Amino acid sequence: MRDRTLLRVEGLELHYQTRQGAVHAVDGVSFDLHRQEALVVLGESGCGKSSLAKALMRLLPRNVHHTAGRVTLDGVDVTALPDERFRREVQWSRLALVMQASMNALNPVVRVGEQVAEPLRVLRGWPRGKALARAAEVFELVGVSTDFLARYPFELSGGMRQRAVLAMALVAEPALVILDEPTSALDVLTQASIMNALKRVKRELGTSFILITHDVATSSELGDRVALMYAGQLVEVADAARFFTEPAHPYSRMLMASVPRLRQRARPEAIPGEPPSLATPPGGCRYAERCPYRFARCAQDPPAFRLGERHRARCWLHADNAPAGGGA
Amino acid sequence: MTSSPAHGADDQAPLIAARDLHTWFELRQWGFLRVGAVRAVDGVEFSLAPGEAVAFVGESGCGKSSLARTLLGLHRPTRGEVRFAGRSLGELQGRALKAYRAEVGYVQQDPYGALPPFLDVRRILAEPLIVHGVRDRAERERRIRAALEEVRLSPAEAFLGQFPHMLSGGQQQRVVIARALILAPRLLIADEPVSMLDASVRVEILELLRRIQRERGLTLAFITHDLSTVRHYAERIFVMYAGRVVESAPVDDLLDHPQHPYTQALLAAIADPDAANATRLREVPAGEPPSLLHPPAACRFHPRCPHFMAGLCDVEDPPDFTPRRDHRSACWLHR
Repeated sequence: MRDRTLLRVEGLELHYQTRQGAVHAVDGVSFDLHRQEALVVLGESGCGKSSLAKALMRLLPRNVHHTAGRVTLDGVDVTALPDERFRREVQWSRLALVMQASMNALNPVVRVGEQVAEPLRVLRGWPRGKALARAAEVFELVGVSTDFLARYPFELSGGMRQRAVLAMALVAEPALVILDEPTSALDVLTQASIMNALKRVKRELGTSFILITHDVATSSELGDRVALMYAGQLVEVADAARFFTEPAHPYSRMLMASVPRLRQRARPEAIPGEPPSLATPPGGCRYAERCPYRFARCAQDPPAFRLGERHRARCWLHADNAPAGGGA
Repeated sequence: MTSSPAHGADDQAPLIAARDLHTWFELRQWGFLRVGAVRAVDGVEFSLAPGEAVAFVGESGCGKSSLARTLLGLHRPTRGEVRFAGRSLGELQGRALKAYRAEVGYVQQDPYGALPPFLDVRRILAEPLIVHGVRDRAERERRIRAALEEVRLSPAEAFLGQFPHMLSGGQQQRVVIARALILAPRLLIADEPVSMLDASVRVEILELLRRIQRERGLTLAFITHDLSTVRHYAERIFVMYAGRVVESAPVDDLLDHPQHPYTQALLAAIADPDAANATRLREVPAGEPPSLLHPPAACRFHPRCPHFMAGLCDVEDPPDFTPRRDHRSACWLHR
């Protein structure tokens, strides 16, 4: 039997060089992801969640100052692969990314169908007709009428373009698709129907997802697991059911309390303060400054403590548990 | 067409009211040939009492921002009128129009785009005072400091010399709010004031707006696409679709007993955080909001509506019905 772990990330770091000094955008991130599982990476803007996606995809800007850690995909240490092999064997074919606002990145002068079929022609060398036929199938799966294959991007609404980009990421049937804020620019009904499409894809193609978002409610539409990111680190990783009802980290609890809910009368509560600068992160726990449970020990950096099967939190309040190993 | 005078409170002299309001944008070819019109606001009626906080809710392209700009006097209505404190906006010119602009504060969607990057906070807040003739420098300084304290940018000295890029998104939005309030308006229009902000900051800004609204007795028109944020920050909701108000009611009644099929669809599409969401598909009406250039005949929602009645919904405009007390819905289901 194959190992059920699809992706294992251990001690991932990505620091950028800026005029303010090194920015620790991703600072020791570890998690693992099972096959056919969807992991939500939840976090507020500037917490490093998009950098995490870029680090996994190896789409690094030029001002990268330092990278470290190990990413294992399907048992293969992809961090050890040279760039050329990574591009040929992993990027887009095994691991695809739908970037934020990528619906605006479609080529305006090429018909949508051709663009969606392109990964098959480039990566697999399929002939045009075969690739277009497959593109049409994926179009239907994500809820776009195949009439749109011959249209240009400007003829499609924002929601339809977003689905086309999704189809492009899915067409080569990668094992894992990373979605960076895939619906944040869209309307409520469009958002809901795209989340429906993702649920169908997950069920029918068995694709695994990493969904990167700041939106707690949307995250619950797909996530089997939730990883909450704060100031470059994962502060809690848990099953979605656990996370949405009894989160363990103080930040998780406060974030959940700050979410306005449609169907409850409880008043949401703001989290006072601001996240720390990633250029000069505080020495101890990065959330300590905003944390009502802060005590002396928080001046030291807490490790991730293991709270249960695949549940860990990076907080001294849970110090009576054993520290977690690499993945969770 | 409507069976009663207007959406909204009828028992008190309104601060602002819209009657049969239409704001269309004409499309011309070669600069003169009329080829059609975008019907951004297409027959809106409401009246807001002094001190009332309301929310206009709808998806992008429903005309809510065009409505805001029409209320601000930036677009001239194609038909119908806006009345502020008993006077029609169309009659205002020159100094009267300028005085009106001081009565209405405006908070934009994107705080960073709303603040000029080359001015510091002091100058940003001084600008409206200078334009509206506050000549005394000490008086301006006093009002600027008071405004900063009111939006909890405290101590004010720490922020006066800051430029927008030095501030966080939440702080920038506070500066935008301070600027909107500095001329002591009676009406505040906030167009998606928190959509660009992080979850933890959103609540803070909404609480701030609500507190200031209560303390000053302001009328607040809060424009948003997000129904989940309105419960605690408005008293009444107007739901807009394709340039029209399709439903209006007090907040709790609207959220707990939505009457119009569009509102029902919108509410059903919104998730509350719950792990069970991942295992069930949501019901979403097919199709997309219509083009405002060629809106569907009669009820604008009929092509997507699960309760569509042929020969009625596509033929005759539904009037406002009152299916519940103080609750209006423009749908033939209530006939």
